[in-house]
This record gives sequence, structure tokens and C-alpha cells, in this order.
Amino acid sequence: MIRVCLPMHLRSLAQVGTEVQLEVPPPVTQITLLDALEAAYPMLCGTIRDRQTKKRRAFLRFFACQEDISFESPDAPLPDAVIAGDEPFLVVGAIAGG
Amino acid sequence: MSTVRVLVGTRKGAFILTSDGKREKWDVSGPHFAGWEVYHVKGSPLNPDRLYATQYLSWFGQTIQRSDDGGKTWAPVSNKFEYDGVPGTHMWYDGTPHPWEFKRVWHFEPSLTDAETVYAGAEDAALFKSTDGGQNWAEVSGLRKHGTGARWQPGAGGMCLHTILIDPTNPNRIFIAISAAGAFRTDDGGETWKPINKGLVSQYIPDPNAEVGHCVHRIALHPSRPNVLFMQKHWDVMRSDDAGENWHEVSGNLPTDFGFPIDVHAHEPETVYVVPIKSDGEHFPPDGKLRVYRSKTGGNDWEALTKGLPQQDCYVNVLRDAMAVDKLDSCGIYFGTTGGQVYVSPDSGDSWMPIVRDLPAVASVEVQTLP
Repeated sequence: MIRVCLPMHLRSLAQVGTEVQLEVPPPVTQITLLDALEAAYPMLCGTIRDRQTKKRRAFLRFFACQEDISFESPDAPLPDAVIAGDEPFLVVGAIAGG
Repeated sequence: MSTVRVLVGTRKGAFILTSDGKREKWDVSGPHFAGWEVYHVKGSPLNPDRLYATQYLSWFGQTIQRSDDGGKTWAPVSNKFEYDGVPGTHMWYDGTPHPWEFKRVWHFEPSLTDAETVYAGAEDAALFKSTDGGQNWAEVSGLRKHGTGARWQPGAGGMCLHTILIDPTNPNRIFIAISAAGAFRTDDGGETWKPINKGLVSQYIPDPNAEVGHCVHRIALHPSRPNVLFMQKHWDVMRSDDAGENWHEVSGNLPTDFGFPIDVHAHEPETVYVVPIKSDGEHFPPDGKLRVYRSKTGGNDWEALTKGLPQQDCYVNVLRDAMAVDKLDSCGIYFGTTGGQVYVSPDSGDSWMPIVRDLPAVASVEVQTLP
């Protein structure tokens, strides 16, 4: 199972805890992970990436295994530790503003 | 005895304030959607337990919440707002063309005739409609495409469609207002639209007969007389007696005619309320005194209402959607401030008291009068 950690506002929107677990069919990439996340929690559509362009929203970043992977290709496989469920995929809101 | 339910949108969530008809003791529920900006919450006049809330953050964009039990529980509905066709461009602040981009929903207006139909006013300015309680949205694109859209320009708060008024005697007639494009009207349910800005004069527009470009802050009408409109423009309080075809100024003896909200007494169509704000550069009341002004003559002759309101060192603002009236026999007037206070006057404005003092900055106030 893939583990995904959402920021507080999206946890309250989706009514989930700190971490959600998803079945993601291979290949496990940013795109397939987010497709699975939005399929399981449709209220998250449009909140992490644009509905049409699928581009990540400007104030969000993706982290995994202590690395900022926001600018990796959305089609690139995620780290093995994420695929194995040893490390979570983190959706992080920019720490700015009020 | 009737009850009132006040729906408050704030910078950090929504709150619901309820009281009996005396409007003295209040229950406060919230924050709902804690941490999110809630620009507006509004209920259906046909099914008062059906509420819509617009929930937004720059980080995560727009989501829409719906309640079917008067705000006890909420569930997200569709946030899919797509412009019809290729949206083209409007005018940017510097006068250059700028692509239309959906940002957020400012205002809901549930239908007066169908409990499942609701309109949403959006930024960048567009009118959306749902006929299934918010599960799907479609643009009423005749407005944006009627011909002047390329000349619409954002105000300081963005290019927002913030006012939607449905004629209670004719559901095909709808008035809307956009900052900073002006007021528009349809008489065929949204297929075709026309600007209704004749008589508006705006300092910053060189052409005194400009069809569009006016920064209309708010429009209000009384349900018994929908051809009479009152407008708080950026500067100037205006009145139309012919459904917006012509406007004339009724600022009269106001200390300043800048402001945001305007509303009409529930039982007296000629009694109008505004909250004068010092200027567009100083968004607070003149002299640090929070005063609602009431005209019982449909404008021009205004009286200050101060009893119970702070009369020194008060530097809050009252935003365009943050005033409402209830329908009780003794009409209640409500408004919220950017300082987090929500005030009620249970006697048509003669006296005021705070319902709450310390909410986040208030963006909107609506009130439901329940049997």
C-alpha cells in the first residue's frame, strides 16, 4: 500500500487522518498516485493539481524520502521506499502567508 | 415564535448564529471549515435547510460545501467550474489583454422557484448555474460573451461577480454586478445580457458615458418592487427606478459616499441602509465612528444610526456581502466587520448590539427567518 500524508486543510476536507493508504497499480508515479488518490477521495479533485492541465498547484510541493520531488517528471517512478510503503508520499503546503 | 439563523463567512471559516425572534440570546456554531476562507454562505428560500458555502484557500483552490440540515453537517459538492468554450481575454490592470482564469466563487444565489437550482458568481467574472444542488456547474456564458467582456477589468479585490439578484416576480430577469465592469441584466433567463450603467459616473473613467468599467460594489432591491434598485458604487450611492436603465445619485447628506454594502428594509421599500467608509484609500469609518446610515426616503436624506455601535477608535471595514435583513415584524438588520464583530439591530437600526465580537474578519452575513 502506498502511504500519502496530506496537509491539515485537505485532511479536514477529505475527513481522513494524518495518513491515507492507497492501492496504486504500477507504474507508481506522481500521476498514477494522484489519480488513485482523487478516485478514492473525489473532493480532492482540483485541490492538489489543476483539473484540466494536471499541473501541481503553485503553493504545494511533493516530498518523499527527505527529498523535494516536486520538479521530477510526473511520469517518473516514485522512490522504491514509497512504492514499498516504507516511506510516505508527502503533500506539503507552502509555509507562507497567514 | 420564529427564529433567525445568521450565516457568517469569515477569513478562517464559517459560523452559524441562531436566536429566537427576540434576537437577544444567541447560540454560536463553528468554525465550520476551520482555516479556510469562506466568502459566502447562503440558504435556499424554498428549502431553508439547504445551505451552500464557498470554501477557498490559495493553496488548494476552490471547493464548495453543501448542507441539507441547516448547517449541522456538510458535504463537498462539485468544484468543477469551467468557462464555456475558449474564454479569451479581459483587460488587465495595466490595460493589456489577460486570459480569463477561474479563481474562486464569491457569492451564491439560490433560485426563488426551484430548490435544486443555484447560481454562483465567480472570479474571474462569470456566472455559473447548477440545477442539481451543486453536483454540476455550467457557465451562463451569455453574460461573459455578450460583447463587452474584453473590456472588463479587475478591481483591487479581483474581477469578481459578487452580486446576483433574481427578480421575484420574473425568474427570467436577473441582475448581476461585477467589479470593475458594472451592472448587467438579463430578461430571458441568462441567454442575453445588457449593461445597465447609464448615469453612473466614475472619476477614473474619462468617458462619462462609459458602458462598462464602473466599480459597482453592491446592488439591492425590495422584493415587492423589483424595478427599483439601489447601488453602492465605489463612490456614490445610486438609485434606479426602471430596472437599471437609468441611475441617479442619492448620496445626499452622507458623510462620505464610499462604501461596500447596501440593503433594503424587509417591510419598507423606501428604507435603505449603507455603511459609509472614509475613502478607497482608507477602508475604515470616518472619525473612527462606526455608523450605519438609514434613509427612509429612498435616498438623499440619511440619518446616522449609532446607538450600541463604537463611536471612537473604530477602524474596521464592512464588506459588500456583510449586511443582511431578516423578515420578522420588527425587521432585524445585521452586519459583520473585518474586526470580527457581527452586530444585530432588532429594531430596524435604532439600536445595535454585538452578537459576537471576536470572529475572524467577516466576509459575509446572510440571515434566514425560520418559522
